Amino acid sequence: MGYVAIKGGGRAIAGAAAATEFLRTEEGLSDTPAEPLGIHAILHQLRYLVDRVVSEGGVYHPQFAALAIKQSLGDTLEAAFALRAWRSTRPRLSTTPPLDTSRMRLIRRISSAFKDIPGGQMLGPTPDYALRLLRMELMDESPAAFRAFARRWLESCPETQLPDSFPKVLDALRAEGLLPPVTSRTQAAFDITREPLVFPVPRSAQLATMARAETGSLLAIAYSNMRGYGDVHPTIAELRVGYLPVMLPHPITNELTEVGEVLITECEVVAMYEASDTGGKPMFTMGYGACFGHNEVKAISMAILDRALQKGMKDGPGNPSEDPEFVLLHVDGVDSMGFASHYKMPHYVTFQSDLDRLRTTQQKQGERA
Amino acid sequence: MNAVSRSNAYNFGFLDEYAKKEVRRAILKAIAIPGYQVPYASREMPMGRGFGTGGLQLTLSLIGPNDVLKVIDQGSDDSVNAVNLRRFIEMTCPGVSTTTKTAECTLIQSRHRIPERPLTSKQIIVLQVPYPDPLVVVEPSEDKRKTMHGEADYSRLLVKLYEDIVKFDEITISHRYPTRINDHYVIDPSPIPRWDVPKLHASAALILFGAGREKKIYAVPPHTKAEPLAFSDVPFRVEDFRDEQGRRRACARCGCTDSFLDEFVTDSGIKTYQCSDSDWCNEKMALARQTEGKPA
Repeated sequence: MGYVAIKGGGRAIAGAAAATEFLRTEEGLSDTPAEPLGIHAILHQLRYLVDRVVSEGGVYHPQFAALAIKQSLGDTLEAAFALRAWRSTRPRLSTTPPLDTSRMRLIRRISSAFKDIPGGQMLGPTPDYALRLLRMELMDESPAAFRAFARRWLESCPETQLPDSFPKVLDALRAEGLLPPVTSRTQAAFDITREPLVFPVPRSAQLATMARAETGSLLAIAYSNMRGYGDVHPTIAELRVGYLPVMLPHPITNELTEVGEVLITECEVVAMYEASDTGGKPMFTMGYGACFGHNEVKAISMAILDRALQKGMKDGPGNPSEDPEFVLLHVDGVDSMGFASHYKMPHYVTFQSDLDRLRTTQQKQGERA
Repeated sequence: MNAVSRSNAYNFGFLDEYAKKEVRRAILKAIAIPGYQVPYASREMPMGRGFGTGGLQLTLSLIGPNDVLKVIDQGSDDSVNAVNLRRFIEMTCPGVSTTTKTAECTLIQSRHRIPERPLTSKQIIVLQVPYPDPLVVVEPSEDKRKTMHGEADYSRLLVKLYEDIVKFDEITISHRYPTRINDHYVIDPSPIPRWDVPKLHASAALILFGAGREKKIYAVPPHTKAEPLAFSDVPFRVEDFRDEQGRRRACARCGCTDSFLDEFVTDSGIKTYQCSDSDWCNEKMALARQTEGKPA
């Protein structure tokens, strides 16, 4: 009698990988074989997907994010996972100082708090007001159509001189005394990639955890707060999307030098006012969200949860979205998808042990009856 | 893309050296405080959280070119996950030898089992852990659990065991049996069956536990006391492998009557039993063949 247990593991794994690769390449057999998906096509035509993977992968490498999307057949959880695993192999060489988001090269900024904001509202690329009707003409597009639209659009753009930076809406509120002044700018940020979360954790650890959280998980918990399991009632003071200059100290002169830029989304929400503990003036409170890439829903969810968590830290959590442990330990996509998948692995030994307990208990109850 | 970024050349042990050093520091702390869960910044590995990424980080941080590695899952060297992990380690640790023989290895990574053959002082076993904290069944908040561990306050866990006895006349915990280490910290010994729990006590080998997703490392150092929680009148019991007549079931393959058995239902609907530890089973078979081969 042969050994029954899960034999041929190596062959099975190789077979599963080949079957998946066949799904990816199957189209090559058709009469009009399509081009393999190019990294450039993914970077440009699936840019929100790339942004999401860059953000959840927690490493700004759009090219590798596109590669990860390609090899995972478009599964965002898998793609972010591959990017994170790649990051584990990279040593930490340098740390940037806190970057100033007022210096962002903006492609979009809006405020829902004021009709007009210093510098003006700038809608930029957004599907917010688009009618979600299927555009049947895209079923079959030609490179010529791409070129024609892109050229026409650029030519129709007025050559206005945009300023290099825009003032922040919150600064105006601070100047009016409606928001508390910034106090702890000098505190070093908690590095979640080098330190585990041991609760209670500082706000910077909370923000960092949410910045690379899985978008859907973050949205679900933030939504619970919006719907009634919480009372943030936020107003978006400012939402901006743009390219943030990354500054590093020059290796020789130590002078801060721009080494590149990253696309980020930043959201600042203002919530109802609170009386000051020290008997001072009541002020608005704020929540902050920021993440790599153009991910507005994620940045908004994060800002709401930041506000909710601050409340929970102060008064004790009144609902799940205000509980730092509940929120921060359940929003990571790599952790949660991995654990959900692991249930597919064999559990013969533990199940055998379960059977032993159940049979013994049943037997005892039988004896009792 | 340049040639460098396309290459697949990873550092020995996949992780960068700083990460490995950090894991080794956490291991030292875990050994110094038996049973204490040391938090560490667990790295993402290229396999799923829950597939042994914690154990893998320990293994990769400890392994050197002179080590002989054994990887098992459910007691078997050939299960898909064991094969997958072993392959990954072979790929990222060139020069390391691997074996399926418990007697020959210096380092074992395992999920859900401790081998039947007693381990020696020259060996380290790394167990993969899904839930590092035994208190999670009675307290969901990690912050509160930390205080309970510090005060060695396991009253709620004992109450749970007591309630089991009242309700079922039996402690119903089948695996992951809470075990007190060195008279203080109670650990979750990972999902090993109760059968393996006594092997933790006064083990000659160093036993390490790695929880990657939960970012904890803990240890049962060699020759350390390990006691499963129980009551003086309701002793701890391992899995019962006796049949209806009260006879100990034997492995259908090697005939062994003192190993943990897996239950199978054959195509014809008959229940049979086999050793869960494949190396143990093979060794017994080889021994039997040898004895048979000898002239009487």
